[in-house]
Amino acid sequence: MSKLRRKENIEGWIGISPWLIGFILFQLIPIGMSLYMSFTDWHITRGASWIGLENYKNMFHTQDFWISLRVTTLYSIMAVPLYLVAGLILSLLLNVNTRWSHFFRTMYYMPSVISGVASAILWIWLFNPEFGLINYFLRLLGIKGPRWLFDEKWALPAIVLMGLWGIGGNAIIYLAGLRNIPSVLYEAAEIDGANPIQCFFKITLPLLTPTIFFVLVTGIIGSFQVFTQAYLMTNGGPNKATLFYILYLYNEAFRGQRMGYGSALAWFLALIILTLTLLVFKSSPLWVYYEGERRGEAR
Amino acid sequence: MIKKSTRERLKIWLTNFLLILGLIIIMLPFAWVLSTALKSPAETFKFPPQWIPSEFRWDNFQKALTFLPFHKFFLNTLYIIFWVSLGGIFSNMVAAYSFARLRFYGREVLFMIMLSTMMIPYHVTLIPMFVLFQRLGWIDTFKPLIIPSMFATPFFTFLARQYMMTIPYELDEAARIDGCNTWQILFKILLPLCKPVITIISVFTFLDIWGDFLGPLIYLNDESKYTISLGLALFRGRFFTHWNLMMAASLVVCIPPLIIYYLAQDYIIGGIASVGIKG
Repeated sequence: MSKLRRKENIEGWIGISPWLIGFILFQLIPIGMSLYMSFTDWHITRGASWIGLENYKNMFHTQDFWISLRVTTLYSIMAVPLYLVAGLILSLLLNVNTRWSHFFRTMYYMPSVISGVASAILWIWLFNPEFGLINYFLRLLGIKGPRWLFDEKWALPAIVLMGLWGIGGNAIIYLAGLRNIPSVLYEAAEIDGANPIQCFFKITLPLLTPTIFFVLVTGIIGSFQVFTQAYLMTNGGPNKATLFYILYLYNEAFRGQRMGYGSALAWFLALIILTLTLLVFKSSPLWVYYEGERRGEAR
Repeated sequence: MIKKSTRERLKIWLTNFLLILGLIIIMLPFAWVLSTALKSPAETFKFPPQWIPSEFRWDNFQKALTFLPFHKFFLNTLYIIFWVSLGGIFSNMVAAYSFARLRFYGREVLFMIMLSTMMIPYHVTLIPMFVLFQRLGWIDTFKPLIIPSMFATPFFTFLARQYMMTIPYELDEAARIDGCNTWQILFKILLPLCKPVITIISVFTFLDIWGDFLGPLIYLNDESKYTISLGLALFRGRFFTHWNLMMAASLVVCIPPLIIYYLAQDYIIGGIASVGIKG
């Protein structure tokens, strides 16, 4: 018996090695290296020299760092709630069963499969101030459209707007959550004389909070990792109005070859993401409702 | 059958109306871009814009795709996708099988560790990986884009493990009695049953690599090694006033993911939905 046990142990460890080796080589070791590098002045050819907290101190005294933090936070504040609510509304519409449901679901998700580079280029053209589609429509409505990506004030909102194209992704996640709500609840509510609005706020929304929670966490993390749009559409401009954090990191580490400083930036970002995620997690008992929570252990 | 009430019918009508309206808004960019892609340079810069080009310039597509060696970019991308899918499916399925079926010392702890590594922002490893690969002389090769991704990733392993948990264990036992060893059970019995999850992994791998920009941007220098995304970005930098050609090239780059999406739509949407619930 113990021989069999040992065999299964060995086989188990062999089996997970495709993950474990990758994890050690491409996550654990790089994370250690990254931490070390963030305390050094790292140069591609000259190698490392220990400078302690200098990178972190520098960071806080650099204007671009604060600008990038501000841009990313602003984006997050605009984009996360907008995509959350828009995705939710779309999912409610998609959840109504008609013979077109499948078709709509397929079509609305479509923009999400298009690569970041292709959609960035498409939207550069759509946002073109003179010949773009968006300003053409605004003109039809009698509004003179802004210069979008060329305007300090409008470049960031333009990137937020463009993201609405992909809310089908969020809607699909909500849709799965909606499908999990037992229909007996609605039937019972209807018998009790509840109207659709009451149903939404008393049944749908509370039971959907775990899904909203998931979308919120991934949305916040995602908003701090914007790169492709910023790099291609505006390259951080005009006048640094779209200098997203990762773009700043890329510029410092790869264009400027300041790998040590870049590592410090990466760690600070990790810290921000971790803090925000923890905050959302900590706040979750206040507003997230898990249906199975009180059922206890035995089932 | 009970006849639907007027209110019910009104609700369906209103929903369909709103969804069609939204769909038109979402699809308009495609129509507009296609129209631009078929225009002559002069018509591109006409205001108010003309939706239907006076002459369909289908040769724009041919021009766009030959100004830069897009066939090369395409083959490079496929090459990366091929190796990552092959290695990735093998690794993920083996790791998932161990987590789902084998009892070994430290399994639960390792599973928790694996799940928690999903929280690590990949930017933390971006710079040290670059330094590492540079030391190994892997810059300007496909290796940095292929080799790390051939190992099992937490996300896919988790997905596959969850799927395997739904397959009855009696199958394993029966196979064991028939003389299969541990790995034969995986490859002969379970893998054929895991087609849906293998499809999800391959499709997501395809879409990920097709759309990846930062990775190729950092690791590839020589134009002949560019992937499709990087190639398209290069095209933009080089021909940034040729909107018609740029739109043609972008549209072509959109087509393969759209075909994959069309073929695997139920798997993709089901896959996303099942991940969503896990929150």
